[in-house]
Amino acid sequence: MKKTKASVRTEVLDKYGRPVDLKEEGMDVQVEAYRIGGGFDLDIKIKKEPPKKHDRPIVLKATGLSIQFGGLKAVDGLDLEIREGELYGLIGPNGAGKTTVFNMLTGIYKPTFGRFFLCGKDLTGKTPLEINREGIARTFQNIRLFNSLTVLENVMVGLNNQVPCTVWSSMFRLPRHMKSEKIARERAHEILRIMGLDEYSDYLAQNLPYGKQRKLEIARALATNPKLLLLDEPAAGMNPNETQELMDTIRFVREKFKVTILLIEHDMKLVSGICENLTVLNFGQILASGDTHEVLNRPEVVKAYLGD
Amino acid sequence: MSEIISTIINGLSQGGVYALIALGYTMVYGIAKMLNFAHGDIIMVGSYAAFVVVGMMSSSPFLAIFIAVVVCTALGILVERLAYRPLRGAPSLSVLITAIGVSYLLQSLAQIIFGATPVMVPMFDFKFVDIGGISIKIQSLITLAVCAVVIVLLLFVIKKTKVGRAMVAVSEDRGAAQLMGVNVNRTIAITFAIGSALAALAGIFSLFVSPVTSPTFGALPGIKAFVAAVIGGIGSIPGAAIGGIILGVVEQFALSVPFLSPYADAIVFSILIVVLLVRPTGILGKKQREKV
Repeated sequence: MKKTKASVRTEVLDKYGRPVDLKEEGMDVQVEAYRIGGGFDLDIKIKKEPPKKHDRPIVLKATGLSIQFGGLKAVDGLDLEIREGELYGLIGPNGAGKTTVFNMLTGIYKPTFGRFFLCGKDLTGKTPLEINREGIARTFQNIRLFNSLTVLENVMVGLNNQVPCTVWSSMFRLPRHMKSEKIARERAHEILRIMGLDEYSDYLAQNLPYGKQRKLEIARALATNPKLLLLDEPAAGMNPNETQELMDTIRFVREKFKVTILLIEHDMKLVSGICENLTVLNFGQILASGDTHEVLNRPEVVKAYLGD
Repeated sequence: MSEIISTIINGLSQGGVYALIALGYTMVYGIAKMLNFAHGDIIMVGSYAAFVVVGMMSSSPFLAIFIAVVVCTALGILVERLAYRPLRGAPSLSVLITAIGVSYLLQSLAQIIFGATPVMVPMFDFKFVDIGGISIKIQSLITLAVCAVVIVLLLFVIKKTKVGRAMVAVSEDRGAAQLMGVNVNRTIAITFAIGSALAALAGIFSLFVSPVTSPTFGALPGIKAFVAAVIGGIGSIPGAAIGGIILGVVEQFALSVPFLSPYADAIVFSILIVVLLVRPTGILGKKQREKV
């Protein structure tokens, strides 16, 4: 019997008769129709993908982010999609380009190709200051606190953008200056209280113990009121107990400050413990991306970390 | 005895002037990480601004002080914006040479506009006061008082205000400060503005002592104040004040002894050599620890 392909139009309607966007539902319907003699042969495939958390808006989106230093492609075609409130990990062997990604996302390096968006706003090519004002803050792999300022003052520097007060009002309109200083001081104390650092507020930053310095860096970054917080190896140099405490702190910060977190980390216990999704970089390229536990078990990821 | 006390007071007042200039050097060095060798010439521009007001327009000396401060502040911001900001991130030698270039530019401009001949800038007619049998020039007391107030005010601004914290943050780690939302360019511009305003005051006080200015008016005080900043530990604000005072007092004592007075400048500069031999980072300078 002769079998010829026929064209069909597929449309799925909800119970009110409105068309449904199947992609949005994580579903895909493929219909193939054949004309056989006087009748039809229909081949209908319905694919259902695991439900995605589409209810949460995308905070950070990067498309094809690349940077080249001379002939070296330090990061090559990085795509990222991080949703609101997510704890997202960026991992990879040493030299994979993780910190370079952070440096692009904070405006220190200008990407050679590609763009990135914060809540839909294109921030590619903006200065670090502008990017910080738009809502990306970070900590550093090697702690970079303002050592000769006190713990409180470090947080107040972070608040600089948040509390309105100009040079002129500092110099000439003392009452207004005093008021904004007072507001900044109170807010800084509040952040320190939340972070459990308030009792150290008058210490010089350099005199804090190591773990507390890491916490203070997070507090200072939070003071700039970010939508997205980038943590560069927060657990570096910490013992297992401190790492455990740090994990609690990071989760707590996300809830308390309603912030989305992207972190670079080598400590697999921390990564698998708190990150929901991961991107693995290797030689500047994405090796794997997706759900943390699924990604960590992929053979190519294991191989990149442990060798052949 | 009375002579010694009046020499001390003159020294303190001259030291205050050096301190005002040294503060500009040290703040710019600490925050923008550059040596602004055009700083002395800002003083000169301030003195000519005063000359235009009192010498050419025969207006009030108070107006002259105000105009000098405004002109110098604006000039400081302008020089930073046009000459130094484009070089942010350039090797420090390039910036240093640019600063020397700006210095010559300002001197030459002054020479073109006002000529090379020194001009009179009559400010106030100061009298002597008699305090417990010691006659002291009033201008010394005024200078001393104003310098003290300005230095205290500056320390307050740096320790207690948002701008001051931003300055410390930029001086410690420019990159981190920027990423924490500190406007580095603006902070550096403010530093230049403050330094230049202080230089204008220093220029006015120098005119109190000798009411003559010329295109090279700022050169020697500029160099001496730089020495004061290095003696005190460059980058340190109290250091600049201490260095200035030491220099001023030593200079006045050298000038008051007849057989030493021709060597006053030599003595002043030799303090630098001694201090650098004993404490290479200056009196209050931080020791640089090499990381291994």
